[in-house]
Amino acid sequence: MRDSVIEMVVNGEPVRALVDVRKTLADFIREDCRLTGTHLGCEHGVCGACTVLLDGSAVRSCLLFAAQAQGSEVVTVEGLTPAEGLSPVQEALRQEHGLQCGFCTPGFVVSITAYLRDHPDPNDAEIIEAVGGNICRCTGYQGIRRAVAVAAAAIRDGAP
Amino acid sequence: MKPAPFDYYAPTSVVDAVALLSELEDEAKILAGGQSLVPLLALRLTVVGHLIDLNRVEGLHDIDHRPGSVVVGAMVRHATLADDDKLKSSVPLLARAAPYIGHFQIRNRGTIGGSLAHADPAAELPAVAVALDATVNVRGARGSRHVPATEFFSSIFTTTLEPDEILESVEFPVWSGRTGFSVQEVARRAGDFAIAGVACGVRLDDSGNIDHAALGLFGMGSTPLQPRAALQALDGGQADGLDVEAIGALAVSDLDPPDDVHATGAVRRRVGAVLVARALTEAIAEAAHA
Repeated sequence: MRDSVIEMVVNGEPVRALVDVRKTLADFIREDCRLTGTHLGCEHGVCGACTVLLDGSAVRSCLLFAAQAQGSEVVTVEGLTPAEGLSPVQEALRQEHGLQCGFCTPGFVVSITAYLRDHPDPNDAEIIEAVGGNICRCTGYQGIRRAVAVAAAAIRDGAP
Repeated sequence: MKPAPFDYYAPTSVVDAVALLSELEDEAKILAGGQSLVPLLALRLTVVGHLIDLNRVEGLHDIDHRPGSVVVGAMVRHATLADDDKLKSSVPLLARAAPYIGHFQIRNRGTIGGSLAHADPAAELPAVAVALDATVNVRGARGSRHVPATEFFSSIFTTTLEPDEILESVEFPVWSGRTGFSVQEVARRAGDFAIAGVACGVRLDDSGNIDHAALGLFGMGSTPLQPRAALQALDGGQADGLDVEAIGALAVSDLDPPDDVHATGAVRRRVGAVLVARALTEAIAEAAHA
């Protein structure tokens, strides 16, 4: 079949749609859910800008078809952003100059958030591992690496 | 960049998946974790008429511990290979190899069956399967076959899977006793495919002799390779004081690895020999302290 009716939960909201089966989850999130925080850089799994949480795991949403997410729970950068202010990871990126143009930032936010959930007290090698799957062409990564450490400390200290 | 149109199927049983594949055959392609196939589709380097998604097939995500072996389902993801405590203790090489594969976001989707069926000669898991003399279990409309990993890979990105067959699981032997393992590789950046690499295992007897050794080279030819002469030289030898450099040199002596933009064949041979020596040193040290 070329079209499929899919149902999933995106940022806590149930979503139902008829999609072309070749539509990626990334395009579905942007075009059908109108959540344009998820960015598309390379569209072949290299840059990490499209990273989202699929049933809690950080994945490249350009390497999944929307039809494959049938029945799943998806969280995008919008879903990680509090109604007021910024999440600890976002706040740390802002403080530490972890972004310049900001195109790659949503992917970094999702990847770092997922990584810190599983590694709350990362060492230097783990900080590199946390950001190794995302590409930033502005910052040179030093601010981003500092931001991971700052965010980890803030979360350990009880930041929401 | 969108894949060309295709029909999509998400069967829930191996029987259904095999039936679909044999019905659609030439036009169909199996989708596992999608971390190699979807980029190929997005770039239209591959165009398929039908995509058969194995993600919802029951049983393929299972890890079955048996006496003396472990059967790892085709859809077990790299993240599971890296983290599953029981698997880590029964087949340590899988957990040693997994962190070298892509990045954690890739490992959350990529699967062992996909890696073997894709057959990139620079990939880690095919070399682990070849090193350990694993068995690749495949199923087609005419029944199942059990293919030694050493006979599964035929060339670059090419296996002996028939067009109507699905890779169902991989059976790894469990080594007991005083064992040690190591995976070594050189890549341009963390997460890249290897320029050269090796998966290695050794088992020592009570007097410190190597009574079992395993080596699987990757990035060193058109398929993952088991260097037979080096393994013969290791067999029964005293581990203490072993000339690991000589074994490394022997392991690459009859290889003619390819030149490409990342490294010449000569560099690969030299790096491969050093990595074999390092892997043996690490694996022997681990076994000696086991």
